[in-house]
Amino acid sequence: MKKAQSTLINMLLSLTVIAVVAAGALALVSAVTAEPIAQAQKAKKEAAVKAVLPAFDRIEEVSVDGVACTKAYNAEGTLIGMAVEAASEKGFGGHLGVMVGFDAEGCVTGYQVLETAETPGLGAKAGEWFQQGNKGDIIGKNPATPLSVKKDGGDVDAISGSTITSRAFCEAINNAYQIFGKLNAES
Amino acid sequence: MKATDIIKNGLIKENPTWVLVLGMCPTLATTTSAINGMCMGLATAFVLLMSNTVISLLKSVIPDKVRIPAFIVVIATFVTIVQMVMQAYLPDLYETLGLFIPLIVVNCIVLGRAEAFASKNNVWHSMLDGLFMGLGFTWALTLVGLVRELLGGGAVFGQSLIGGNDGMLLFILAPGGFLVLGYLMALVNRIRKKS
Repeated sequence: MKKAQSTLINMLLSLTVIAVVAAGALALVSAVTAEPIAQAQKAKKEAAVKAVLPAFDRIEEVSVDGVACTKAYNAEGTLIGMAVEAASEKGFGGHLGVMVGFDAEGCVTGYQVLETAETPGLGAKAGEWFQQGNKGDIIGKNPATPLSVKKDGGDVDAISGSTITSRAFCEAINNAYQIFGKLNAES
Repeated sequence: MKATDIIKNGLIKENPTWVLVLGMCPTLATTTSAINGMCMGLATAFVLLMSNTVISLLKSVIPDKVRIPAFIVVIATFVTIVQMVMQAYLPDLYETLGLFIPLIVVNCIVLGRAEAFASKNNVWHSMLDGLFMGLGFTWALTLVGLVRELLGGGAVFGQSLIGGNDGMLLFILAPGGFLVLGYLMALVNRIRKKS
């Protein structure tokens, strides 16, 4: 088969045309998928909020210090809880992001790990370990006294072999509580 | 070269994982479970198919001196398309595979087949080569993922076989990945050479 000669004009032309067509194709696909991507991200956040809060009738999104929070109200209009996104950068793998649900008094009603870089089989267990009924159950605890692991004098059972992750997790929950406190004070 | 030869090469005789030993990084990283390995393999297979096809179509208009940048642009375009489509319609899978989807661009298998095959063969053969190299990669990844998932967590494709989540943690981490890959490579090549 005859190949095009590697003259300057051929090289310029072929690369330019390929780049332009590629850019066009990408722009097209990007436009088509922009909506579903936004939907998927929104759905994920909503699912997390639903999972951490008690049953609610109405939600209201507010922003505190640039952090998006969701207030939940029941049918009578009473505030029954708030979902707050918070994080700790002190995880074993760095960033550990959680969505925490608090009731009106500030007790934890639920949590979901949103972003994690923790070790699978160890720190990554944080998704389940601290849930209700499991070893490190924090549901019902009130971070007015900041949560900490038993090693640091607190009463949260750390994940075996993952003290660093457990500490970061507590910090994330406490951070969330700080934001809850601010929100509560405002409302 | 006949079509059946190309198919056999991709799946067995020149299997990218067991024989060519290419694309080891995504192999080790995404085979923590069978389904992850399989999906990574299929994403790569799609890119291989599309890039081989396009590069074979363009082989006589791309001047030799700029063939590498041209191939890379084509490959990167398809990988980005895969990434966007996955993010839109398969968000959970997208999060699980994470960084390794865009890394398909630098997966040696893709550029390797473009350079070694697609740029020198007709479109039909290039399509077959891309598809079956991709499927060869897929079954290899699925197998490694299966073994690691079974030994590391007692589960297969997410279904727990042994009660609880008990297993040898090592196999989900990097060292276990190397071990499983090494042993499977020895086993597969032994069987291959005997037949």
